[in-house]
Amino acid sequence: MSKVASTTLRDSLSVSLTVGAYGVAFGAAAVANGFTVLQSCLLSLLTFSGASQFAVIGVLGAGGSAISGIATASLLGVRNALYGVIMAPRLKVTGLKRIVAAQITIDESTAVAFWNLFTLAGALGAQAMGDIRAFGLDSAVPAAFLGLVWPRLTGNFERALATGCALFAIALTPILPAGLPIIATAFIAIVIGLKR
Amino acid sequence: MSTFWIATIGTSVIAFALKYSGHSVPERWLSHPKIQRINLLIPIALLSALVAVQTFSEKSKLMVDQRLVGLSVAMIALFLKAPFPVVVLSAAVSSAAVYRWL
Repeated sequence: MSKVASTTLRDSLSVSLTVGAYGVAFGAAAVANGFTVLQSCLLSLLTFSGASQFAVIGVLGAGGSAISGIATASLLGVRNALYGVIMAPRLKVTGLKRIVAAQITIDESTAVAFWNLFTLAGALGAQAMGDIRAFGLDSAVPAAFLGLVWPRLTGNFERALATGCALFAIALTPILPAGLPIIATAFIAIVIGLKR
Repeated sequence: MSTFWIATIGTSVIAFALKYSGHSVPERWLSHPKIQRINLLIPIALLSALVAVQTFSEKSKLMVDQRLVGLSVAMIALFLKAPFPVVVLSAAVSSAAVYRWL
């Protein structure tokens, strides 16, 4: 096998493994937080945005209302609108480039299939477990969030914002209805973003 | 309809609307520097709040339990640049061990 081919194979395998593990983690976490297997799979199939999916199950699992869950997930989903802005002009392609775009679309659909299959596996696994704490699922959810936020903490400002929002949400948890302490931190981000 | 169904369907519908809007609205609406900056900050704020609330609370009560061990192990794994599956798995294993044997 050529060096390029083996590198490509290794990269593809590691992406697949990560997507798979992430899908299992999501499916298991969704069921652990009170969603049914069907609802977990629908979230992966229809929402298809990891952070938003974890957010909605996190908020409802903490006892938040449907509105709080939807709002938190949607605030995280705003990123996808901005990705669309970046991608749209590039997708108006013709000729040879369209073939490349089509190939990427196939890879994408493979990822969709993976993501959904592994969500189902995780959801069924968690359903079979019983006491989720005995399997550490109660820690897998915050660990997944930490893994999602970690690459974004690129500087001191980002780390300070993260720490501040974590403390703020904890401080408000005994006072506000579940879910609202989390959404409230989005407004901190908006105010800081407007001022800076 | 249950809370969980409303959340499942509502999240899915809005997620699609957001993705679609990115392809349809004029670029200048969303490419404003302030919007771009807020877009970088919102996930940091929400995800950090979710980490904290999921680790230290159950419903509206604050508590410290095996989840703190799991989160600490996840953080060590991230410092060591472990991939995502290893981070989640090491948190689950350490937390389960503390829950079962302590």
